[in-house]
Amino acid sequence: MTNGWIDIKNTDMMLIMGGNPAENHPCGFKWPIEAKLKRNAKMIVVDPRFTRTAATADLFLQIRAGSDIAFLGGLINYAIANNRIAKDYLINYTNAAFVVKEGFKLPDDGLFSGFDGKEGYATDTWNYEQGGNLGPAVPSSGSNSTSSTGDHVKAGNEPQTNFEKKSPQVSSKPSAAPEKGQSSAGGVMSSQTGGGHQAAGGPGASGQGGQRPTPMLPPNTAYDLSLTHERCVFQLLKKQYSRYTPEMVERITGIPKDQFLKAAELFTSIRKDGNMKKAATIIYAVGWTQHTTGTQIIRTAAILQLLLGNVGRAGGGVNALRGHSNIQGATDMGGVFDIFPGYLKIPAPSDIDLATFLKRATPTPSKPDAWDSYNYWSNTPKFMVSFLKAMYGEAAKKDNDWAFHYLPKIDRKYSWTEMWDFMYAGKVKGLFAFGMNGVAIGPNSRKNIEALKKADWLVVCDIYPEETSDFWQAPGTTKEDMRKINTTVFRLPGAGFAEKDGTFVNSARWLQWKYAAVPPPGQAKLDQEILAKIFLKVRDLYTAEGGKFPDPIINLWWPYTVPGNPSLAEVAKEINGRALADLTDEQMFPGQMIKLGQQLPGFAWLRDDGTTACGNWLYSGSWTEAGALSQRRGTDDPSGLGVYPNWAWSWPANRRVMYNRASCDLSGKPWDQERRQVWWNANDKKWVGNDVPDFKADSDPQDHMGPFIMNPEGVGRIFAPLAAFADGPLPEHYEPMESPVANPLHPNQSTNPVAKRYSSDADKFGTVDQGYNVICTTYRLTEHYHYWTKNNPMNVELVPEPFVEIPAQLADRLGLRGGEQVKVSSARGEYIAKAMVTRRIKPMMIDGKETFQIGIPIHWGYRGIQEDAGKTARTPANLLSPAAIDPNAYTPEFKGFLVKIEKIETL
Amino acid sequence: MSNPRTMQIQEISAHPGPVPGRDTRREDAVCKYIDVTTCIGCKACEVACVEWNDHPFRETVFDNTYQTMPSTEWNYWNLIRFAEHERDGNFMWLMRKDQCMHCEDPGCLRACPADGAIIKYENGIVDFQQENCIGCGYCISGCPFDIPKFNPQTKKVFKCTLCSDRVGQGLEPACIKACPTGCLHFGTKSDMVQIAGLRVSQLKAESGFANAGLYDPQSIGGTHVIYVLHDSSQPELYGLPAHPVIPPTYTVWKWLAKPTGLFMAMLGVLAVFFHRLKVGPKWPQPIDGGPRTQPERDEI
Repeated sequence: MTNGWIDIKNTDMMLIMGGNPAENHPCGFKWPIEAKLKRNAKMIVVDPRFTRTAATADLFLQIRAGSDIAFLGGLINYAIANNRIAKDYLINYTNAAFVVKEGFKLPDDGLFSGFDGKEGYATDTWNYEQGGNLGPAVPSSGSNSTSSTGDHVKAGNEPQTNFEKKSPQVSSKPSAAPEKGQSSAGGVMSSQTGGGHQAAGGPGASGQGGQRPTPMLPPNTAYDLSLTHERCVFQLLKKQYSRYTPEMVERITGIPKDQFLKAAELFTSIRKDGNMKKAATIIYAVGWTQHTTGTQIIRTAAILQLLLGNVGRAGGGVNALRGHSNIQGATDMGGVFDIFPGYLKIPAPSDIDLATFLKRATPTPSKPDAWDSYNYWSNTPKFMVSFLKAMYGEAAKKDNDWAFHYLPKIDRKYSWTEMWDFMYAGKVKGLFAFGMNGVAIGPNSRKNIEALKKADWLVVCDIYPEETSDFWQAPGTTKEDMRKINTTVFRLPGAGFAEKDGTFVNSARWLQWKYAAVPPPGQAKLDQEILAKIFLKVRDLYTAEGGKFPDPIINLWWPYTVPGNPSLAEVAKEINGRALADLTDEQMFPGQMIKLGQQLPGFAWLRDDGTTACGNWLYSGSWTEAGALSQRRGTDDPSGLGVYPNWAWSWPANRRVMYNRASCDLSGKPWDQERRQVWWNANDKKWVGNDVPDFKADSDPQDHMGPFIMNPEGVGRIFAPLAAFADGPLPEHYEPMESPVANPLHPNQSTNPVAKRYSSDADKFGTVDQGYNVICTTYRLTEHYHYWTKNNPMNVELVPEPFVEIPAQLADRLGLRGGEQVKVSSARGEYIAKAMVTRRIKPMMIDGKETFQIGIPIHWGYRGIQEDAGKTARTPANLLSPAAIDPNAYTPEFKGFLVKIEKIETL
Repeated sequence: MSNPRTMQIQEISAHPGPVPGRDTRREDAVCKYIDVTTCIGCKACEVACVEWNDHPFRETVFDNTYQTMPSTEWNYWNLIRFAEHERDGNFMWLMRKDQCMHCEDPGCLRACPADGAIIKYENGIVDFQQENCIGCGYCISGCPFDIPKFNPQTKKVFKCTLCSDRVGQGLEPACIKACPTGCLHFGTKSDMVQIAGLRVSQLKAESGFANAGLYDPQSIGGTHVIYVLHDSSQPELYGLPAHPVIPPTYTVWKWLAKPTGLFMAMLGVLAVFFHRLKVGPKWPQPIDGGPRTQPERDEI
């Protein structure tokens, strides 16, 4: 979330789409309700079916699964056409005015410029033009506004907007990397989006090895503040989404034109007549991410919010609801294959030493010369070296490049589906499965089951026997088959969530410490104890027997009091970071000193000279000399905005709403005085506020520093340049990999050209011609939690059996009544459950064709109370879903694939 | 807060002499407020009820609905009822928390023939005392909301207690405590009616529900569980009776048959008494017309 759960209460307008918070985040849903009760906020819910969230909405629209970009693109088109945009915000806080390179082509035919078939896109043209002001109305006194790098616009030469508001004075000082930023919380301002491993811009954002020469962002971008240049981002945006007319939205999404217009009118009404007072929020979850265009759906939402000036503001933002108690923490701590903790990139094989890596991974400012950019990722070397010190301790020295060569280098996308594909191909021989159920998660669970049959060994640590540990008894496996399986399965008894202490990081980025309620039962052990014991054993083996490259294992820093069972408090302190020498910083923190061994007060103290160690720079400040800030439970909220600055600790630097500089106008005055978050105090010459300013604390508004300090541009990216996204700088609607229609925008390029598919014999895709003519989507229920509450009697009592939600009209055609057994088949597998015949899903007209959608809750499998009692068909829902992968986040398309459905006799 | 006895004034600090206002009570009628327009059917209240009351789990079967079971049960006192409804072309999915309404004039109590099996507290809570229950089931037919349920094993009837055990200790009922959206509130009846009034006005003014209203049926003297409904002109949509009444047989029983019977019985007793005074005891007649004998007085 850019904002936070509680902040939703400050909103005037909610668009809830690609998520079902009432069912999947019921405790957090009190805040949307609060906004309705206290502010008369309106709620628009867009979903493939009428959910329990929809039941409380002011307006519900039923959308076809997988057509979200078309809907959001339609909203962008409506906002621009009806002038419901935040002009000052757009010009000054986004890259709307930047001019894009000649040769860049919009995807009228479904392809952006640079497509070369096999390799994906060459992104050379996905870049800004160099060269300063290209706008028509330049009150320039000289020619140096188009000068090359190194020159700076003189004071008085500042670009003027064509709009009524004045533009701030532009200083002539260089926009160098931050040196003297200072915040009231003791940390330099910084922030980072949840999926920020792509956000640092620059070349080679992934670990792809870099076969292509990597183009750079221009330091002195061309711009046109009148927004009229035909290649300026705003004009490209306008052109791109002018194709998303209400009629086109209806054809693609199935939402009738009049209903779409009603929603568009309502949502954009907050920016009526350009009034900036109100704020709208967009709330989503995996209903957006789990598509082959998932990342771009979220991009579209971000663009819409930038266009309306809603990012950085109380009651605004783009808010991802995380589906697990600690999934945010898992992502922050590098639980993704291509990032280290704190969204630091994982090196590629071409990064032969630390300097090469840092040169590639550290962005340089790219912006109109007259503007300032904080470019906070310029601190990457400090974060990286401190991370290496935390990893390898004494073994990381200046003369061995801080042990950079110990780090793994990634030569390809080692994503979830990739891993299973490799195992299916016989290349991955073993798997540790902790805290997850890989078979049930899927996608294409049958492939995962078959893959495990080919593995040599499998270690499962869980609290129940589950589908992964018991893959050998998946439905359809005969005794004969079982005899042929040679996989050795080790089952380790893990501990449940109430048996562990440590932190959860919630959707709002809060680190909240929790305490163990009861000790683990019987032989069950805490995860850290199991992992530590395995590690120590492996290290002993490497020490005794050597090996190809034992150094990273032998030299891993393991300073815990009880090495075989590290306390999580010690680990949390290590993640926060500490001083490895006496530290002073007269420029930023005059008179202060951090003594050797002390906990660091924040990431502003991190160094690239080996005098600090920090496991995750974003979490620096969470466990200081003052103690564990994650354990704080202060309930004071002086501003009434729900900031609660003394409750737990929020990354980064305890700020609750990110990019909050954007909540003020150019002069530093809040857009809405009643929801004041931060503001410029002209007397003290610094940013102050109810929240921690997410900005360089002493940056005078006159300097025109962009509020989006993690981007090298300093502004929000409507156009995402270079390799930030694999499938285009602007989102385009592509059909799901399995779709009932050809893309109405460009039938010849129907699906995402760079979405990943696998070619094994288990990876099949169905078409309408083969009879797969019903759209299927998958989801969770309030009453269950993934694949383990099926072992808990209370949850089973609430919803006892698997079911399939089927529109009444489709059921009529099939001669089907509620409670009867149906078989749902995709090209990959079959799912058998009872039918829930409902009017909550209606038939839709998609591009003139009547189309049905069905829905399957994912919670069942072949181990559980009902399953073990032989009362269900024991088919995991993800036997159906395809391994079609989003090219940016590598998330599979669990929503919107094709199936056929038939009635069968009861079991 | 609400146990009448605990909230009676007994002593006053630094006050010499008799306690003024002794035995007076604060606002005593309690009430549960349920705003169905912000209920998300999450069933947290169902789980809280089962867990607080330590109810055993029961096996359920899929029944083409999100509703846990068709109706409340002797060991399942709190149930969200799901109903699909079309209104002006707009689809609505109604979720209503169903439980004992704690009527001001409780039909179960009227109907109950067992001394002390059903009691109503001053604060409005209607509570079953199973040790006095004779299992006749009259309360079940006396309830206009189909709430009391019979346990065939113990031959007793059970229903929601409005957590009288918690309320007596100044706590809110378990279901209220568990509600994540705040669609449930608990407090005095007058406070809850006031909150409901505000919400109803908001629904009318801001959300286009012209018929929004409060459900607090006066046909049974009001209830200690009140609902805010999108459309109070049609409570049947939510499975609520528009005009709940105690079955007339029980009214007749309570107000006519029972007093009349009692009066008749009294009359009989009086008649016997006066007959004795006037006529005296009936002496045994001599069988063969022999001399009349006077019995010993002690023998009477």
